[in-house]
Order: sequence, then structure tokens, then C-alpha cells
Amino acid sequence: MKKFLAQCYIWILMVLLYAPLVFIAVFSFTEGKVMGRWNGFSTRLYQNLFTGQMQGSSSLIAAVENTLLIALVSAAVSMLLGTIAAIGLHNMSGRGRRALTFLNNIPMINPDVITGVSLFLLFIFLHFTQGYLSVILSHISFGTPYVVLSVLPKLRQMNPNTYEAALDLGATPSQALWKVLIPQLRPGMISGFILAFTMSLDDFAVTFFTRGTIGLETLSTYIYADARKGGLTPELRPLMTLIFLIILVLLLFINVRQAKMQKSE
Amino acid sequence: MKRSHWSIPYAIFLGVFVVLPLLLILVYALQDGSGHFTLANITRFFSDSDALGTFAVSIEVAIENTLICILLGYPAAWILANKELNRSAVTIVLFILPMWINALMRTLATAELFGMFGIPLGKGTLLFGMVYDYLPFMIYPIYNVLNKMDKSYAEAAQDLGATPWKVFWKVTVPLSMPGVASGVLMVFMPTVSTFAISEFLTNNKIKLFGTIIQENINSSMWNYGAALALIMLVIIGISTMFTGGRKEAEEALI
Amino acid sequence: MASDEHIIDLKGVSKSFGDKKILDNINLYIRKGEFVTLLGPSGCGKTTTLRLIAGFLAPDEGEILLDGKDISGIPPYKRPFNTVFQRYALFPHLDVYDNIAFGLKLRKVPSEEIDQRVRKVLKLVSMTDYEERDVDSLSGGQQQRVAIARALVNQPEILLLDEPLAALDLKLRKDMQIELKEMHRELGITFIYVTHDQEEALTLSDTIVVMDEGRIQQIGTPTEVYNEPVNSFVADFIGESNILNGTMIRDRRVSFIGHEFDCVDEGFGENNPVDVVVRPEDIYFTKKEEKTQFTATVRSCTFKGVHYEMYVDTDTGYELMIQDYDAYPVDSVVRLYIDPDDIQVMRKERTCNTFEGEMADETHVEMLGGTFECLPQAGLKAGDKVRVEVAFDKVDLLDHQEEGELAGEVHFLLYKGDHYHLTILTEDGDHLWVDTDDIWDKGDLVGINFAPEDLKISKRNEA
Repeated sequence: MKKFLAQCYIWILMVLLYAPLVFIAVFSFTEGKVMGRWNGFSTRLYQNLFTGQMQGSSSLIAAVENTLLIALVSAAVSMLLGTIAAIGLHNMSGRGRRALTFLNNIPMINPDVITGVSLFLLFIFLHFTQGYLSVILSHISFGTPYVVLSVLPKLRQMNPNTYEAALDLGATPSQALWKVLIPQLRPGMISGFILAFTMSLDDFAVTFFTRGTIGLETLSTYIYADARKGGLTPELRPLMTLIFLIILVLLLFINVRQAKMQKSE
Repeated sequence: MKRSHWSIPYAIFLGVFVVLPLLLILVYALQDGSGHFTLANITRFFSDSDALGTFAVSIEVAIENTLICILLGYPAAWILANKELNRSAVTIVLFILPMWINALMRTLATAELFGMFGIPLGKGTLLFGMVYDYLPFMIYPIYNVLNKMDKSYAEAAQDLGATPWKVFWKVTVPLSMPGVASGVLMVFMPTVSTFAISEFLTNNKIKLFGTIIQENINSSMWNYGAALALIMLVIIGISTMFTGGRKEAEEALI
Repeated sequence: MASDEHIIDLKGVSKSFGDKKILDNINLYIRKGEFVTLLGPSGCGKTTTLRLIAGFLAPDEGEILLDGKDISGIPPYKRPFNTVFQRYALFPHLDVYDNIAFGLKLRKVPSEEIDQRVRKVLKLVSMTDYEERDVDSLSGGQQQRVAIARALVNQPEILLLDEPLAALDLKLRKDMQIELKEMHRELGITFIYVTHDQEEALTLSDTIVVMDEGRIQQIGTPTEVYNEPVNSFVADFIGESNILNGTMIRDRRVSFIGHEFDCVDEGFGENNPVDVVVRPEDIYFTKKEEKTQFTATVRSCTFKGVHYEMYVDTDTGYELMIQDYDAYPVDSVVRLYIDPDDIQVMRKERTCNTFEGEMADETHVEMLGGTFECLPQAGLKAGDKVRVEVAFDKVDLLDHQEEGELAGEVHFLLYKGDHYHLTILTEDGDHLWVDTDDIWDKGDLVGINFAPEDLKISKRNEA
């Protein structure tokens, strides 16, 4: 009985949480201009999305490309910077370590609006032309902490002697890094990359403040502008459905793998 | 080169892209349009009835949202962390997944759902949408603390004669408070600072604090916008001190 | 077997981490082919010594010689040593074969030769047919064997072993000890072995280096350190022992536990305080009155497998531990004697606490990072440098750190038959020594006070 009630509660919450997502997904299979009006089953919106035949298609496709480009570049740089930083941080101690850990947490504690406004002021202050580069730099600034936090536990789990063992067996420090250290950190680096990538995909506020006036649109800013104009482009529905599925698979992959690794330990 | 030096590039990066921008908020907040020192931006906020009203509403909505999230989220986290009631580790993953989906898109879909059922947009729908957006951020940290909690505490309490109900209130709840604190931090501040979401959920009827920051920055009132951001930063600082930081919760997300 | 040729020399080696001195002037040589064990409690500096030899750390002072040549500039990957690490440090992303072949591949050894050598070394550690296994799927003992194979395959001149058996259970540990000993004999190379397990050290080594607090306490063969410990630390750390306060009456005559005994030690002077060690198996029971040196009452008797372990109270009120093949009933009065050969007399390292301080005013002295009240000192004024002596039994230990003028921690304790002799480490890192009847445990936090009349103050001459 207790178990039944508990299960019910969980499922009700789950249904509530997923209702809007399911709602989008369901109405991606009909042609209606507004969500909530079912005009019969159709995959027209998907076809439009892939063939590019739709109203204002060029700007939506450009927004998707921008989003992916920014997410890929910023996540890749975050992964590199964050991994190097994590190795450094792991070998630090005392005040320096505490200070850097604190700084690393700031981008995660700050609400998006504050991050966005502060970076906006930075680029104004430095007379830095806002555009792709300013957005990418901003995304690196909030993505890297996640990489650092994904790689650090791997460093902690690693037997610190493996690096020394490699040196002991005749590896130079750089050989030891590539043959022993990096292979052991790789799972954390990949998790960090995926997290940074997803954060970048999802971001609205920071991009909004740092994209400047060159007309750079990502998916989020596109949706925002679209919604303010009243009425969303119908093709956003299949696009969101697809993105949701991709993220679902990615995150399930990370989490299931992590759960498995924890179990095997 | 010593391995501890590897963090230097990132330390410099953090200095330029995290510390300097936050200092600039302070600098701009204390300057007038021509770059002279002034406290006018700060005092303006306290005489700006529109901004003060928005601020009050934001805090109110944030408190309500946080309370509802605790009331709904704590039982959920407890059930998910209870091995007898929930055997699958995937359930918790399903709970946190929506966090990673574009919040704007989710919000718009929620608004459309209300529209479909003919529910008028307003305070009620705003709260509903906010709870919907932030509930996972409350569930996950609590779940994490409960999940890692040593079972022997509860067993020891039972052994000493506590009923299951007493065990829950005297042992489980006090020990899970760090998780609740992290959850509060992850729900409260973002709610206050939300922009865009509140507009869509209330058809522009209710603005939250984030929106007026954004409006001022977008209409080139940088100094006043920075002052408003500074006020938010101060509140963040205070609430972080009270709740002991959200670091664990963020770390737990990974 | 060991030749006389030195392979490793440590000369005046010191090492600090931050303010903490880990090694203090270590002088040590290791002979070619020898099995040397660095033995001591955790934190004694034994692992640091090994890491200095391996090259993972550089000494702050002193030099390390290999075959008479200084190797301080040579990085670990160019030293002809290989290490078996604590918890093995096998590479988790490589299988058994690739772990062992790691060093050979780096040196671009032809693959047929790698194959041959890996197979040969796997046979040596009895792990044939395990080439393709994932290292995480191996048991602790198997991982240990792979770690040894990975080191030996490179044919090092010296094999360094850092507590290699610590993670294994008792039975397996005993078997591995025998195998290691065999391997050492078969290979003929030098083994430097670090352990905190005195039994392991006694079993394996040609030479034992006993270390404590960053200093070498004694170097000797297993029988030497067991039978002739140089101080109470070594006596207590190696084997079971009764450590007692005694007085050397004259050469070959010592008194302790309220009785006088003949012994074989000379050169301690007359009527000088000494420490006396008697191993529990060296106290004998007798029925004959003429052999009896003292009598005692049996307090407890426990069967330990091979022997019985008994605690007895002597007629003079001291508690002694005795091991014997026969059991004697509790509460029975027994007659005992000790052979002169079995009494080991050791010089006392100190007979009271001595601190250096400075007068704050006529009735206060500053030392150990605190200010203490003392009796009015004639002829001493504020700022005078002084030496303060406090007897071991005049130090007050308090239950709560904040109640004392100083705070400290019980660092080491020794039972001396009728009282405990404690070493206290203060928060500032100073040592002091205390005799007490109260029972404390290692790690207990204590407050420390002195009564003003117990401080013996004398002026210190500036050299």
C-alpha cells in the first residue's frame, strides 16, 4: 500500500514534468499553426525542417547552425582548459586551492542574468566588438567549471602512484601524461564536454546579453524573438522534439555509465 | 614546470571573465553616465516605486515557489532515495532530465498547455510554471543527501526505540538539511532573477526582477542596470551565507 | 648474497614538507644484493626515504649516491630502479600484458623480445595465462604479482617495494613473504623494502633500518634489533617487551622492579638511571628456591596458540608480561628468574624534560609558546634566556585541552611496569615526556599545566 502510494506520487510528478515536452512532441506531428489544435497526423513539419521549405526558414536554420557551432567550439575549449585546470587544482593545496575552487564556483552560483549583464559590461569596458567571439568566450566561462568538476573526481579516484609508476618504468613526464594520465581522465573529460555542450545549447540569458547587434541568433534567442512577435514557428516543434531526444540519449548514456562504474567499484 | 602551475591559465581566464565582470558591475553601479562617482543609481532604486514593487513581487513569488518546491520535492526525493520504494536508478535521471531542456521552450509549451485548457494566465500560472521549471533543482540535492546518508543512523535510532515516524523527524530530516539548503539556493535566486519566463507565463502581466535589469541594460541604462544587478549580487551573497553555498548541489548534479 | 660493495649511499639527507621536518640527517648505506627493510610506524619517514631513492622527491640537504656517483639530477625514469607501489598502481586502462610490457615498449624493445620477457616474468610470479585479463578483475594477491612482474621485467638493479603486502590478508601475506624471499635469492638483485610490520621485517630482511620521527633509530640484522634494541622505542616497536626503569649499580649489576640482577652490560657508569628490556619469553618459572630471584602473583592467563600469555604482579608491585608453554593458574604465587644474558640495558635518552625559554618577569617564564608562572627567581630579570627542567612526573595532564596552558596530543605511550611513560606532542610541535598512573590512549587530546614550584630554572649561557 505504502509502495503503491509512493509510486503514484512519483508518476504524477513525472507526468506533470513531462507534459509540456510530450505536448510539444505530439503537436510536432500535425500541421496546425498553433499548438493545441490537432489537424490530423502529418510529418510535414519534419519534412519542412529537413528540406528547409518554410517561412523564415533561413533564419531558423542559421540559428540552429550558430547554436551548434557555439556549443561545439565552447565545449571543446572548456574541455581543454578545464582538464588542464583540474590537474593543476588537484596538485594545489591550502589557500590557492581554496581560492581557485571558490572562483570556479562563482559562474555556477550566479544566476544567468548576472552572468550575462556582467559579461556585457566587460565587453563594453574592453571595447570588444560583440558577436560570435564574445558569445563563445562567455559560454566557455560558464561551461569550464562543469568540466573542472567532472575531471576532479577522476583525479581523486586515480591511484596517484600510477603517474609515478609510469615514470618509474621509464616514461618521460609527457609520455606518462599521454599514456597513463589522460586515458584515466577521459571519462570525466567526456562527461564534462557533454555537460558544457548541453549548458551552451540551453543558454538564453548570457547569449542574449553578449551577442551584440550584428544580428546573431541562436535557437534560444530565435525562440524568444519569435514568441514576442506572437506565435512560434511551427517547425520549432519537431526541432525541439529532436533536440530533446538527443539530450535524453546523451544524458541517459552518461548517467547509466556512471551508475555502472559506481556499482563496479 | 610544477603540476600545480597548470591551473594558471584558468586562473587568469577566471580573473578576466568572472572576477573583472563582477567588479565592473560594482564600478558601473557607482558611476553616472559620464563616468563620475555617484550613489544616485542606488538611491534611485529605493525611490523607484516600479522597481521596488517588482522587487517585492519577485521575492514573494520566489518564497512561494521555494516553499512549494520543498513540499512537493522532499517527499519525491525521499521516495526516490528509498531502496524499498524505488529500485531503479534511472527514475532519478528521468527526474533531472527536464533541467537540461531549453527553459524557454518548456515555458512556452506550458503556456500553450494552459491556453489549451482555457486557464487564464496570471499569478497562478506563473507559480505553476516556476514550480515546474525549478522542482528538479530541489529534488536532486535532497535526493543526493538522502541517498548518501548512512543507513545505520536510522537503524541506530530504531534500535534506541524510535518509531519510524520519529526516526524520520528526529534523524532523517535534520541530517538532510544541507540538501534542502542547496535546493533552496538553486530555486530561490534563479526565480528572483528570471526574465522572459515570467512574461510568457503571465502574458506580460507580472514582471520579475530579472526583467527590469534586462530592460534597463537593453535601453542602454547601463549604470542603473548595473546598480540593480549589484543589489541582486548582495542578496545572493547573503543567501549563500545563510544556506552555506550551493557547491555540493552543483557538484552533485554531475 | 650481499657483498661489501655499496650500491646506495645516503649522506646527511634531510627533507621537509612545509614546516614539518620529515627526514633529519639520514646516513645509510645499502650493499649490493642486500635485502634491506626500512621499518617504522606511519609518519616515520620510511616511505619518504624510498621516494627519495626512486627520484620522486629531491632531498633538501645531503646527497644520494648510486655506485658512488651522485644521482640527484637524474629523473626517476632514467634511474635503473623499479618500484612496486603501495596499492600496486597498475594502469587500469591496460590489461596484464600491456601493464607489464609498458616499460619495455617505451624503450622500444623488439616485440618478440617483449613477448619472451613478459612470459618469463609471468612465470616467475606464477601468473602464466593471465596476459589478457583486465587488471580490475584480478584479486589483491594477483594484482600484487602483476605489479612485481611489471617492475622486474625491466631488470632493475634495485627493486623498491613500498608496503607491497599491506593490503593483503594475513594468510596471503605470509605466503607472499616466502615468495618474495625466494625471488630475492633467485634474482640476486638489491631489494629495498618499506613496511610498518615488524614481523614482516624480521622474516624477510638481511638488514633492518628502524626509523622514527624522521631519524634512524637502529640499523642491524633482525637478531640484533630484536635481542639488542638500542632504546625503548626499538624495544617496544619490535616484538613484545617489558620495558622498565632501572639503575645501573655498577658494571654487570642492575636493579629494576625493586630487585637486583646480574647482567652482561658494562660501561653505563655507577648508579646511573637506565632503561631495561626483558622479553616476555625470557622470564622463567622455577620450583627451586635457590634459583628464585623474585615471586609474583598471576593476574591473568590467556592461551595464544603456541604459548600462554600471563600478566603477573611482582612482590614489589610491578606488572610484567610473561610468555610460557605452561599455564599457571590465576591467583597462584609463582617463583621467577631472568638469565643475565636476557637482560638488555639501554641508555636513557633523557631523565627529565628540558625546555629553553625566556623570563617574562620575575615570576613568569615564556617557553613552548606559552607563559608559565614560576616561583620568584632571584638574580634573573625579564628577557634573560633560561633553561627550564621539569621532572616527568611533575607534568599535569588535563582532560580538556582548553583547561591547560598548553594543548597537546598523546603521541606515543610506553608501559613501564608500574606507570605509563607518555610522549606528548604540543600544538606547536614540541615534545614533552610524562610519567603518569592514569590511563591515556594514543591520540587523546590533553591540556598541559605545570605547578610553579615544579619548574627548575637556571640561566642559560649564550654560546
